[in-house]
Amino acid sequence: MFQHDRLNNELTFWQKIKELDYILLISVFLLSILSLFVMYSTDGGEILFHTKSHFSKIIIFFPLMIFIAFFNIKWWHNLSYLFYFAVILLLIYVSFFGIKSSGSRRWMDLYLFNLQPSELMKIAIILCLAKYYHRIKIENVNSITSIMTVVTIILIPIIMVISQPDLGTSILIAASGLIVLWLGGVKIKYFIYSFIVFLISLPFVISFLKPYQKLRILTFLDPDRDPLGAGYQIIQSKIAIGSGGLDGKGFLKGTQSYLDFLPEKHTDFIFTLFSEEFGFIGSVALLILYSIIIIRILRIGAISRSNFSRLFCFGFAFAIFIYIVVNLSMVLGLLPIVGSPLPILSYGGSSMLATMIGFGIVLSAKINHKQIIA
Amino acid sequence: MIKGNSGIRKTDVINRRMFIISAAKIIIFTGIIARLFSLQVNENKKYLTLSDKNRIREWKLPPIRGDIVDYFGNIIAGNLKVYQLHIIPEQVENFNYLLTRLKTLLNLSDKKIEKIVKLKNKLKPWESIIVSENLSWSDFLKINNYLYDLVGVKPVMTISRNYPFSEVYTHILGYVSQPNEEEILANEVVQERFVPGMKIGKLGLEKTLEKHLIGTNAIQRYEVNAYGKRINQLEHQKGKQGLRVRLTVDTEVQKACGKLLNDRAGSISVMDIYTGDIIAMYSSPSYDPNKFLFGISNDDWALIRNNPLKPLVNKTLSGLYSPGSTIKPIVALSALENKIVSPSFKVKCTGKMELYGQTFHCWKEKGHGFVSLKNAMKQSCDTYFYEVARLLGVDRLNVTAEKFGLGKKVLGDYFDFEKSGLFPDTKWKKNNLGKGWVLGETLITGIGQGYTQTTPLQLCLMTAQIANGGYSIKPRIIVDNNPMSLEETKRKLKEETLHAQEKKLFNDPRNIKIVQEAMFSSTNELYGTSYKSRIDDPKYQFAGKTGTAQVKRISMRERELDLKIEQIPYKDRDHALYIAYGPYINPRYALSIIVEHGGSGSRTAAPIAKELFKLIIDRNDLRNKQKNFEEIKI
Repeated sequence: MFQHDRLNNELTFWQKIKELDYILLISVFLLSILSLFVMYSTDGGEILFHTKSHFSKIIIFFPLMIFIAFFNIKWWHNLSYLFYFAVILLLIYVSFFGIKSSGSRRWMDLYLFNLQPSELMKIAIILCLAKYYHRIKIENVNSITSIMTVVTIILIPIIMVISQPDLGTSILIAASGLIVLWLGGVKIKYFIYSFIVFLISLPFVISFLKPYQKLRILTFLDPDRDPLGAGYQIIQSKIAIGSGGLDGKGFLKGTQSYLDFLPEKHTDFIFTLFSEEFGFIGSVALLILYSIIIIRILRIGAISRSNFSRLFCFGFAFAIFIYIVVNLSMVLGLLPIVGSPLPILSYGGSSMLATMIGFGIVLSAKINHKQIIA
Repeated sequence: MIKGNSGIRKTDVINRRMFIISAAKIIIFTGIIARLFSLQVNENKKYLTLSDKNRIREWKLPPIRGDIVDYFGNIIAGNLKVYQLHIIPEQVENFNYLLTRLKTLLNLSDKKIEKIVKLKNKLKPWESIIVSENLSWSDFLKINNYLYDLVGVKPVMTISRNYPFSEVYTHILGYVSQPNEEEILANEVVQERFVPGMKIGKLGLEKTLEKHLIGTNAIQRYEVNAYGKRINQLEHQKGKQGLRVRLTVDTEVQKACGKLLNDRAGSISVMDIYTGDIIAMYSSPSYDPNKFLFGISNDDWALIRNNPLKPLVNKTLSGLYSPGSTIKPIVALSALENKIVSPSFKVKCTGKMELYGQTFHCWKEKGHGFVSLKNAMKQSCDTYFYEVARLLGVDRLNVTAEKFGLGKKVLGDYFDFEKSGLFPDTKWKKNNLGKGWVLGETLITGIGQGYTQTTPLQLCLMTAQIANGGYSIKPRIIVDNNPMSLEETKRKLKEETLHAQEKKLFNDPRNIKIVQEAMFSSTNELYGTSYKSRIDDPKYQFAGKTGTAQVKRISMRERELDLKIEQIPYKDRDHALYIAYGPYINPRYALSIIVEHGGSGSRTAAPIAKELFKLIIDRNDLRNKQKNFEEIKI
């Protein structure tokens, strides 16, 4: 124990700097710069509100990521439950005092930007469960108490987020939580059972969906059902991506986007704009950049000595992956439309904050990869 | 120790499971890339087309209609610049203020204001509202003066149809107006080129020549955004004005016809006897087609529609009249051709003729005594023609009449309302009325009463074909592509008869000559029915035949009363007819005149011919010089 502590204490500031994962850092930096260009394009080739706002968020959150990295991973381990509960409290707060916008109550006013606690929950749940599985004995992982505990940990935020209502984010929270359960060693049969239960209860769940959510599912199954109404977004998105071609229409030349055919082009459909302007080559390059980030995080997880770091890194890497997959599948017409941003690229402070916090903790895990957490 | 062991086992589990999901990640990423590939590379063309369809809108502008000109190139249907007032709602600061300002400036009615507000709510904010389609110059100036105060108002200059001779050509040209849906669908060319606000031909040549006159749309291609707002112009494709159509008509003659009829119900047709060129074709009363351009007012419409003289009817083409005595040249010719009578054959006219107990009266109660063909024609003796018709029979008469164009449309496709009229025979009666022919009917057919119905233009064509020596001509109102000299035309007419026997309307040219001479005597010899209207100067001298068509049976009582025309109710008065051709030596033009309920042909119709021939023949030289001024192809 003493040895480990000493090891930790030995790291000086310069050592920490040296230990940072520069490939990850540069990739995130590149992604941030790219996101500024894309945002500039959504503003119609001018530096307008979205570009400025996105820039200011990068200016704040990118240093925040490095700042977080300089804290020992142990510290983050200790704060995990607290962070989870804090976010739960924020969720409770917004459900009463949140800002209501287009029918849902998700945001709280933080002067600089509107914070969406459900986005933070995406990280908090990974942290919380990582700590839980770090601490629990492997023998007890599949005990009833343990299963009940983790299910509760996942269900509470999900229910709160669904009732906002925000289906997209709650699905991502559920996915993030479940992956840590999977990594933590919960038996496959439980996943299978719950999947069966889910399928059986699906009709029941659908009956509880809001009309617009049902419509989205129907539209996903057949976008041409109502091409000017519910199917409009997905049709226009496919047109934009498809018309981009191999090498794209060129920066600032995406007609679908600057003529306003694209809905939600700043946020959920940011990839559509990117893909229209930079084509297949650009899109694949973007996916490669994301893949580098994911692989780097997985590598950090793999070299970490503590299971907390390992669980968090693997869980977070998978979460990033899920965000990307859900977003891309949505804009490519492979999944129904659920609100889910593309990490870093999409406009939105909370999402970026959550992602940057995640990267920060990953970097901290890298700096302290030799650290053993009791 | 146990804990450490557990920790290692846990690490193993985590790593193993991580590998499983990493494999899943690779598969999923590959799937997404495959999807991207299929959209962006395989289906790129499809989506590129869709994207262009999204962003590019074409705006068709109304095409510019071709001019219609008379024989001398005077524009008789042209285009005029008109001033319009548009409002562009999105540029308006205060709509209510603007409306009150416009209301006082232009004296707009409350109804109009209501209409504007309704339009405003219906249209997109960048679509312009047309407040006034045809702004007077003074109103246009007023608007321009106050423009600083009328934010969102746009004075626009555009082009509209215009008929400079107003009522003179109405029945030939028709008019253009805003079409309804049916009218758009009825014409393919219109359907293809229609733009809101565009006007199409509703009647007459404007309608039948639509596809030539309409022109092609100018096309503006714009890039639009998702809301349909124009962002920038990509292309402007100029339209082509419709074809310029040159008619055979002479505005001066046409105008004179209108003046001579002087708003009486009737019609005048003038035709070139060799080329078939229609020099004038006037139906009276007429109305101003310009009133229809921007939607006729209810009052004006009521005035036209309720006029008992029926200005809406083109009497020249669709007015059906008994030819009366104007049929006599054909009866005489038919009898000569069929060798029923010779020029020396004489009939004694006692003022009436008895047949199976029925009395057939001659117009002259005392009778004409012994009359030959020439005298019978000259004095229009009915008894002579009763007898000739009796000898000839209606079926043989019908053959001649139809040869000369009776019972057939003259201009065919150019006017869809043209009527074909009727010249009866025994077969026709059997088929249509189901009864046998009665000899008495032959008699009255011989003086142009009974079943016979002719249009004024048919009578004109008939006269022209007698005048040109009995050759079939094809009347036309649009100038031919390859103009010929008179000699060429004459030669061609004769040559044609070698190949097509039916184009020669006679067996013996002497018979035509006899009829021509008889018509000459009717106008130029003492006791001729139109002797008073003769012109002695051989330059203008013409030959003609009067006609007085009864519109009802004359009762014995009325015959005894022998009322003056003013004493008979308008509706019961006879139609006055006159057919003529001239100059008698080297004839060139034929005409037919009808004045509805005008009384006798000699008193009412023939004097019109006298006036008209002077003008027509005076203009003949001008017309000959005009021959080759431009080519118009239709």
